[in-house]
Amino acid sequence: MEAINALVLLGNYVIVPGIAYGSQLALAALGVSLIYGILRFSNFAHGDTMAFGAMVAVLLTSLAQSLGISIAPFPTAMLTLPFAIAGTVLLVIAFDFAVYRHFRSIRSSPVVFVIASTGVMFVMQGLIRFIVGPRDRDLGDGARFVVNAREFKAALGLEQGLSIKVSQSLTLGITIIAVLLLFWFLHRTRTGKAMRAFSDNEDLARLSGINPQTVVILAWTLSAALAATAGILYGLDKTFKPIIYFQLLLPTFAAAIVGGLGNPIGALAGGFVVAFSEICITYAFKRFLAYLLPENLEPTGLVQLLSTEYKFAISFFILVVVLLIRPTGIFAGRSS
Amino acid sequence: MSYLAASQLVGGYGGANILHECSLFADCGKISVIVGPNGAGKSTAMKAIFGLVRLSSGSVSLAGNDITGLSPQARVRCGMAIVPQVENVFPSLTVHENLEMGAFLRQDPIAETLQEVYELFPALAEMRTKEAGDLSGGQRQQLAFGRALMTRPTALLLDEPTAGVSPIVITSLFDMILEVAERNIAVLMCEQNASQALAIADTGFVLVQGTNRYTDSGPALLANPEVRRSFLGG
Repeated sequence: MEAINALVLLGNYVIVPGIAYGSQLALAALGVSLIYGILRFSNFAHGDTMAFGAMVAVLLTSLAQSLGISIAPFPTAMLTLPFAIAGTVLLVIAFDFAVYRHFRSIRSSPVVFVIASTGVMFVMQGLIRFIVGPRDRDLGDGARFVVNAREFKAALGLEQGLSIKVSQSLTLGITIIAVLLLFWFLHRTRTGKAMRAFSDNEDLARLSGINPQTVVILAWTLSAALAATAGILYGLDKTFKPIIYFQLLLPTFAAAIVGGLGNPIGALAGGFVVAFSEICITYAFKRFLAYLLPENLEPTGLVQLLSTEYKFAISFFILVVVLLIRPTGIFAGRSS
Repeated sequence: MSYLAASQLVGGYGGANILHECSLFADCGKISVIVGPNGAGKSTAMKAIFGLVRLSSGSVSLAGNDITGLSPQARVRCGMAIVPQVENVFPSLTVHENLEMGAFLRQDPIAETLQEVYELFPALAEMRTKEAGDLSGGQRQQLAFGRALMTRPTALLLDEPTAGVSPIVITSLFDMILEVAERNIAVLMCEQNASQALAIADTGFVLVQGTNRYTDSGPALLANPEVRRSFLGG
């Protein structure tokens, strides 16, 4: 019984949130990785691309609520997802035409693109604050829980309850669908194969007649769609606050680099590695151990490796260790 | 006039010119080979014919049409194909996908051409689902070759097809080049293995400092004592 209680406790505070957060990071990292694979630079504006997608969802959700449109028990934000994706794709492609296309035509080095993307990031941040302001916004409505902690406890007669939020299960479901669609596209369609070919060897792709402009627009489209989806799911799970998405940039890049930049499978795995590291290292294992250990060995401290304020340090740490030991990432992406 | 003809090419990669009034040609079903010392401009000449090098003067024609102003992609549409010396495959794509990408421009069914390429290179058929990055040097060269054939070109340019492969494989690669030429394709290649390449050449060009020094049939060049002494090591 003690062991089951310990497992439920861990499930509630580590595994379930870890899977949700990991999925969100994986979606975000996939977008970063795609841009790196095709355009060969690290897109620092990706965090705020996520924020923009979530912002569109916030605005459309309040519009839908005021019109009385709802898809309860699902959150209204899910209804706005396609529109948020479309809006984000348009914005990102507009930025490509306004900014990146120029640097491609003069064949700038990757570092110039990175700096340009930092500029785009600031413009996006300004745009988002101009439209919705810097405050918290609640994105979630509809039912809150799939599995309620209290009911779970009562039903199983346990001390510990397990709760699974609607947003968490939606996150997992949508991530699975998005990833399957992405991999099907990249591996089964002619255009997807052309994208991989372009990422592999740009010169040979051009010689084979693959149009660089099409591939670039497609890469932005996919990346923006993934960013908007990740942004909305994160906003549903936690809360929508513009600055949070900027802060997500670090774990996102840690995830993409851990898995190997430019490698989609790596980005996927990297998202979960970073999410679980962050959660495990900042989780206080005191109560968990209290269930498993004999009474005289029960820990007196919190058994927390780092306090939650340091969670960003964990991404940094993972990043540094990976770059030192395996610079191309676990799944051997390309080095820059 | 020859099927593929380049006349009086002058150009380079910006800065100093590498090619100085260099003229080359290739005929359908025949093999033309460019040899010469390092830095003679062999690869540059190949790239210039494919539109990858800026020309300040000179012209290139294919089947009698002037193609000097066309982009490399447009030349692929006209029936030309090139096998670059390095980075000539997509390493993370499978062998099969590499061939599919070779046929990217084609709108018609490609199954028949795929079959032909697999027949020409049986080693590739066995490796169909393997990633190109895992192939050996010789296999990769065959794949690069096969990829270029997927557009069913009428003129094929090979930039040092035997660079970095073992001597045994070199011989079999030359056999395959002969087989390709038999399909009425004009082959133009440049080669480090000068004597072996000239032995199968219908036409040989000896290039020195970006200009033609000798032009003759392959066997005649091989028999020429001066060519032997200066460029073939005796």
